[in-house]
Amino acid sequence: MELTLGLKAIGAGLACLGMIGAGLGLGNLVGKYFESIARQPEAEDKLKGMFFIGLAIVEAIALFAFTVAMIIIFVL
Amino acid sequence: MALNPLHQFEIHELASFNLAGTEIALTNQSLWMIISTVTIMLFLTLGLRKKQLVPGKMQSVVELSYEFIKDLTTSTTGPKGLKFVPLIFTIFFFIAANNALGMLPGSYASTSQISVTFAMGISVFALVWVIGLYSHGLKFFKLFAPEGTPLLLMPLIVILELISFFARPCTLAVRLAANMIAGHILLKVFASFAVMLAGWMAVTAVLPAGILLGIMALELMVAFLQAYIFTILTCVYLNDAINLH
Repeated sequence: MELTLGLKAIGAGLACLGMIGAGLGLGNLVGKYFESIARQPEAEDKLKGMFFIGLAIVEAIALFAFTVAMIIIFVL
Repeated sequence: MALNPLHQFEIHELASFNLAGTEIALTNQSLWMIISTVTIMLFLTLGLRKKQLVPGKMQSVVELSYEFIKDLTTSTTGPKGLKFVPLIFTIFFFIAANNALGMLPGSYASTSQISVTFAMGISVFALVWVIGLYSHGLKFFKLFAPEGTPLLLMPLIVILELISFFARPCTLAVRLAANMIAGHILLKVFASFAVMLAGWMAVTAVLPAGILLGIMALELMVAFLQAYIFTILTCVYLNDAINLH
């Protein structure tokens, strides 16, 4: 019982390492957004809408990792 | 302590009756879905009570919301997408109202349940199939084999396209549900910090309460952003079905 609880905790912690990729992706996205505004300030209005869409899509990967961690702890 | 952040997602029965062997119950989740639907209906009907040519305040808010959805739909699906504006309007405001009302203290965020979001995802997926097969017949399957790919790569590309196509309802559902779950767990954890500190040195409880205020503002933005994301992805998938690429 204790062993499975401990192993589940290790599994959930390992699953959350998947958020590293999402962090890198978000950093790339925001960095390129700022860089493109710095190069061409008129593009800000055109890019603003797609920026938030891109943020949410990349954020979803981090939440998939969170979902797997939740499944490991509570379902398995 | 591990029970506390997830305690808020439990579903309780409020009233139930028996219908031919199965039990049909009004739960707190369905109650809050009813409340959000009634809120949207009140917003729309009360806003349009006085119909003037030059709109007053409430009427212009309703008109703005309709314009927003119409621009969103026609910019992604083109002029053929005008038929779908009521559906997109419903999806956007249903998800936005459910998410936003889930921020009220004592309420229940219905969209944090994977059953609700998966039902919506599967409905969008089924709609894409029905519209695609109805408008284009069997040519709909050309969606999985994009033009200009060399014949050698064809099997691999078709398999990858199929996988990403069938992942669509799952990602739609999990994105919305996990955003809501993670947001509410974060709120609950910071609130429990504030409660625990308030017993010993009450002055330091201001710190988690201040962070909680910031996180609540973030969660309100995430509520509307996730509704917008679900809506715009639905429009993009409909565009795939109506105008094949």
